[in-house]
Amino acid sequence: MADKTKVMIRRHTLVTRITHWLNVLAVSLLLMTGLQIFNAHPALYWGHASTFADPWLSMSKQEIGGEARGITRVGDATFDTTGVLGWSGKPGAREARGFPAWATVPSWRDLASGRRWHFFFAWLFVINGLVYWLWGLLGGHIRRDVLPTRAELSPRHILHEIGAHARLKFPKGEAARSYNVIQKATYLAMIVAVLPVMVLSGLSMSPGFNATVPGLIDLFGGRQGARSVHFISAGLIVAFVLVHVGLVVLSGFWNNMRSMITGRYAIEVEGGKA
Amino acid sequence: MTTNRRGWLGAAGASLAGLWLTACDKLANDPKVNGVLQKAEGWTMRAQRALTDRKALAREFSPADISPDFRANGTTRPDSYEYETLLAGNFADYRLAIGGLVERPLELSMAELRALPSRTQITRHDCVEGWSSIGKWKGARLGPLLDRAGLKPNARYIVFHCADSLELTLDGTGQYYESIDLIDAYHPQTILAYEMNDATLPVRHGAPIRLRVERQLGYKHAKYVMRIEAVERLDAVDANGQTVLGRGKGGYWPDRGYEWYAGI
Repeated sequence: MADKTKVMIRRHTLVTRITHWLNVLAVSLLLMTGLQIFNAHPALYWGHASTFADPWLSMSKQEIGGEARGITRVGDATFDTTGVLGWSGKPGAREARGFPAWATVPSWRDLASGRRWHFFFAWLFVINGLVYWLWGLLGGHIRRDVLPTRAELSPRHILHEIGAHARLKFPKGEAARSYNVIQKATYLAMIVAVLPVMVLSGLSMSPGFNATVPGLIDLFGGRQGARSVHFISAGLIVAFVLVHVGLVVLSGFWNNMRSMITGRYAIEVEGGKA
Repeated sequence: MTTNRRGWLGAAGASLAGLWLTACDKLANDPKVNGVLQKAEGWTMRAQRALTDRKALAREFSPADISPDFRANGTTRPDSYEYETLLAGNFADYRLAIGGLVERPLELSMAELRALPSRTQITRHDCVEGWSSIGKWKGARLGPLLDRAGLKPNARYIVFHCADSLELTLDGTGQYYESIDLIDAYHPQTILAYEMNDATLPVRHGAPIRLRVERQLGYKHAKYVMRIEAVERLDAVDANGQTVLGRGKGGYWPDRGYEWYAGI
């Protein structure tokens, strides 16, 4: 105990911190305005065109036994999601809508506003992402901090890390200086797969951009496929954010917040000053 | 971490979320904020125009891809005496007027329109709501028609005046109309469709004439086109300061907050 010293290290560079928080702003608004846009037609299909009688996912209001219920259909399964999906709002003032008012921007139904916000923040998201990518590749951040090392990729190490994560044992001391292999893999999956897929599936829904790059939409099997992939990737981002924020809180909330705001992160090292 | 502290964090998170939602709703109603957000429409249009060949085509599909359940949105039967009369006569008395900034104003009957250079295309119709349907369209190409009328040098936009009102208004701004610029007007796939899926264009899809402007969303594809007008500005005002065309944004839905450039 006596020979453990608290040392402040510089964890996140200014570019990482700025692009991170701009991304928080853009992704939050893109998600909530995206749900507003989704609500204009709360049903998803595969392929080029909508098969209205047979969406693979849909949210709707249905009368069951003389009572209005919110019904969500996924494939052949149906769920009663009254109050959240399909039929929501304060009792007495419920309305038929895919996602509830608290999940959309604006809270009321307004496709035009939803689109206006969505496309503005889509530009911010793309430019911010390009800055991060360019700086990360040229400046070495991605190679140095995000790409796992060969040693980290050994199955034994990965299993050990998964076990430690599951028991919420977080790296301490010297090991806390860098991202662990699970963090690296997750961040990498976000920045090279999920976020780019989000942009490409979004662009594939644009009839103008379809004429610009005609082959892109085939990656998703058509425009309705692109809309479905866009929705699913948004779900993956939500899942990532929930786990990410949860781990931020559990692994030292203030230390983590300080490091993403000021760049300074406290670690405990054995012995004297590091 | 203590339970106390966790509870505090939870409460702080919940109030932040509440603040966030209220702030977003407030900002969504602020004209200045909307002015800034609207700039993205210009960025998108300039970027798409810069990256896209003027004549780049929207994808065309095969007959097997045609949607059996092509949806009809907006007006499905114009509610006016004039339209009902034309419909009752099978549009024998219909005349498409082409005027505004043109050298030779035209009036064309359906027979004359059908005799014009035409194009047939199977394309995807993308509604702003998010759904798509595929249909086969045949119609007169707009470009050669405009050449026949002879656009004056100051003509910059082509406006389509329609037979239907989507909203009852005292000042007539509920009348449907749309407009496109000359790049889209002269695009090879831009047609005045009078046939859909090898049959006469049905009333619910815009009989007798519907615009097809394939690189933009559905609301640009004006149905029930009665008159075509070439103009220099979409936001022109008359002597009383009233906008001449709707509310001056170039279309029924653009007047109600939707993008005029609907390429995305």
